[in-house]
Amino acid sequence: MSAPQSILPLEVRQLVYEAGGTRLLHDINLTLNHTQRTVILGPNGAGKSLLLRLCHGLLKPTSGEIVWRGAGTRDQPIRHQAMVFQRPVMLRRSAHANITHALKLRDVSRSERPERANAALALAGLSDLADRPARLMSGGEQQRLALARAWVTEPDVLFLDEPTASLDPAATRAVETLIEGFHAAGTKIIMATHDLGQARRLADEIVFLNKGRLLEHAPATQFLERPDTREGRAFITGDLLW
Amino acid sequence: MVIRFAFLLAALVLAAPLAAAQGTPLTLASTTSTENSGLLGEILPRFTKDTGIAVRVVAVGTGAALNLGRSGDADILLVHAREDEDAFVAAGYGAFRRDVMFNDFVIVGPRQDPAGIGAQKDAASAFATIAMREGLFVSRADNSGTHKAEMRIWRSAGVDPVSASGRWYKESGSGMGATLNLSAGLNAYTLSDRGTWLSFRNQGDLTIVFEGDPPLKNPYGVILVNPARHPHIQAKNALTFIDWLTGPRGQAAIDSFRISGQQLFFPIAKQPQR
Amino acid sequence: MNTILNAFAEAGVLLASFDSDFLAIVGLSLRVSLSAVLIACLIGFPLGAAVALFRFPGRGAVALMLNTLMGLPPVVVGLIVFLILSRSGPLGVLGLLFTPTAMIIAQAILVTPIIAALTRQIIEDLWGEYSEHLRSLNAGPLDTLGTLIYDARFSLSTAVLAGFGRAIAEVGAVMIVGGNIDHATRVMTTAIALETSKGNLATALGLGIVLLVIALAVNAGVQIINAMGARKDAIA
Repeated sequence: MSAPQSILPLEVRQLVYEAGGTRLLHDINLTLNHTQRTVILGPNGAGKSLLLRLCHGLLKPTSGEIVWRGAGTRDQPIRHQAMVFQRPVMLRRSAHANITHALKLRDVSRSERPERANAALALAGLSDLADRPARLMSGGEQQRLALARAWVTEPDVLFLDEPTASLDPAATRAVETLIEGFHAAGTKIIMATHDLGQARRLADEIVFLNKGRLLEHAPATQFLERPDTREGRAFITGDLLW
Repeated sequence: MVIRFAFLLAALVLAAPLAAAQGTPLTLASTTSTENSGLLGEILPRFTKDTGIAVRVVAVGTGAALNLGRSGDADILLVHAREDEDAFVAAGYGAFRRDVMFNDFVIVGPRQDPAGIGAQKDAASAFATIAMREGLFVSRADNSGTHKAEMRIWRSAGVDPVSASGRWYKESGSGMGATLNLSAGLNAYTLSDRGTWLSFRNQGDLTIVFEGDPPLKNPYGVILVNPARHPHIQAKNALTFIDWLTGPRGQAAIDSFRISGQQLFFPIAKQPQR
Repeated sequence: MNTILNAFAEAGVLLASFDSDFLAIVGLSLRVSLSAVLIACLIGFPLGAAVALFRFPGRGAVALMLNTLMGLPPVVVGLIVFLILSRSGPLGVLGLLFTPTAMIIAQAILVTPIIAALTRQIIEDLWGEYSEHLRSLNAGPLDTLGTLIYDARFSLSTAVLAGFGRAIAEVGAVMIVGGNIDHATRVMTTAIALETSKGNLATALGLGIVLLVIALAVNAGVQIINAMGARKDAIA
């Protein structure tokens, strides 16, 4: 799914974020390249969600920059990204209509939309639920729908913010399978989670945050066996960090 | 679908004023007594049949009718407050005034007549008796012709009822019908024109307890709103109406109007000098 | 009690008789109020949505004004419109006083704040829910507005019915600017006022019952349309 001109690499330069008078992200510097599945790891309140939203463009940095490759020479970088939230936002429409809505916003012609939506639903195993009101689907089904919806926009980058935090193991498995599918098709995965097990399953590289600071950025196997920092070590042994 | 519906409604809204623009009717501002008694409903169709001119009636109190004449929102006024009518014409708001008809006022009150006014010799004494015995009395208190007539009678009786407002003297600030409703509900006395009273269907326990005294006579005048002041007035058609109303056809129509066999309005137009 | 029972009988007679005067009054009531609601929606929907979605200085004050204007007394609106449309007023040359158009204008003024204020609240609530998703999809202002209004259409239709209820039931504004002229500007509420002032209480109440029946029909119609739409679009 990476077009000839991908928007990657992503460079985060001296990113600071403050809200309500409190500094929530301290001076983050980070470069993310293609091919690696990146997991943003850390305890609750570490700033993972903030970092994702800042990178995606939903929040504005207090200072510092988010730079995509060739920024300014193409249409907006956000059009080549998609994001899936912990609680998926479902439009008050059928599952099928949720997807065609996204296609409309990507300027796909009216005649093409139904077919592409059906294909995405099939991929996510939701073909039977095409006409079901999206809000009446289970949590796992909704999350799969959110992924199918992201899929049709053919993003270079897929952001995921704790996508399975509210789901049971079976649903989690289904969602992770879909995420692997994205990766196989060439989409860069940037996923936040506090779940070590999920990180182990999915991550190629890990970015470890604690209390708004980027503490470690390393290949997954390296961080998970021999973290550099005290906090990293405490985290993988399951201790509380404060 | 919403768009189509919207267009349909917009068309309906806009079409109406266009339709009305052809042959604009005359606007006659009159009082609730002439409207509610049914007189206008009876005689105006005859006028339209004779002349082809339509008349729309806006029935408000005399004070409001005179205001409509001042602002040019009516072509003709038909009211019953002689002093105000003369002042209106003198100030240049009206081109002229002519007599049309008179009816009379009656004092209605509870059947048992607790204040005992039925035996009084004239209207002023009847009012004085009500004040002295503090019988419940409802006033229109709305600057209408009826209200002004009522205040004239209080003055001639040497009584200031407003000082008792809220106690035995109730000021409704409303039209004749609402005032009668109030009187029926309170079982109180009130001054009403005979026409409205006869056609009023919620009389409760009230009846006419006093009538016939000359001060209770109530003359009506018709006024042409001054076209010099308001050029858009349909002066020609308005003049046609006034001539008709004060001429043999209109006067006969007024004379023949009855409620339950009773005549209410008596024509008194003098023949116009031309 | 007798009057109330008679009123039901009168209502029945009125409905069954198809008396032409009566039908004209009902028709005019519907025409005036529906037109006023239409205009109110054309102004109120975008206005309410704009206040909900855009940040601008004084936004809180505007929302407060809209909410407050929902309580505009009809008789006051009637008076103001009367003074403006009077021949001696600024727009007197239009000759609109004592016409159904004047009544539509007055009712539109009454209903617009209701539509706008409720739209603002409805859209604001929905925007709170949809905001991140729509911004993630890089939706422009028109697409955002379209999505929100479409998804909120059932709540919005309730707002429209609230506006209609206000219009069809008010008497103060239409009485003053319309003049309750027989065969011209007489609507159900002014007819009720007139019959009351003539002491015809049972007739007045009967007309009131008919008014309620009509309002019921309109509301039921909207409910049916909504239900059909919900089935078709698979709405929860």
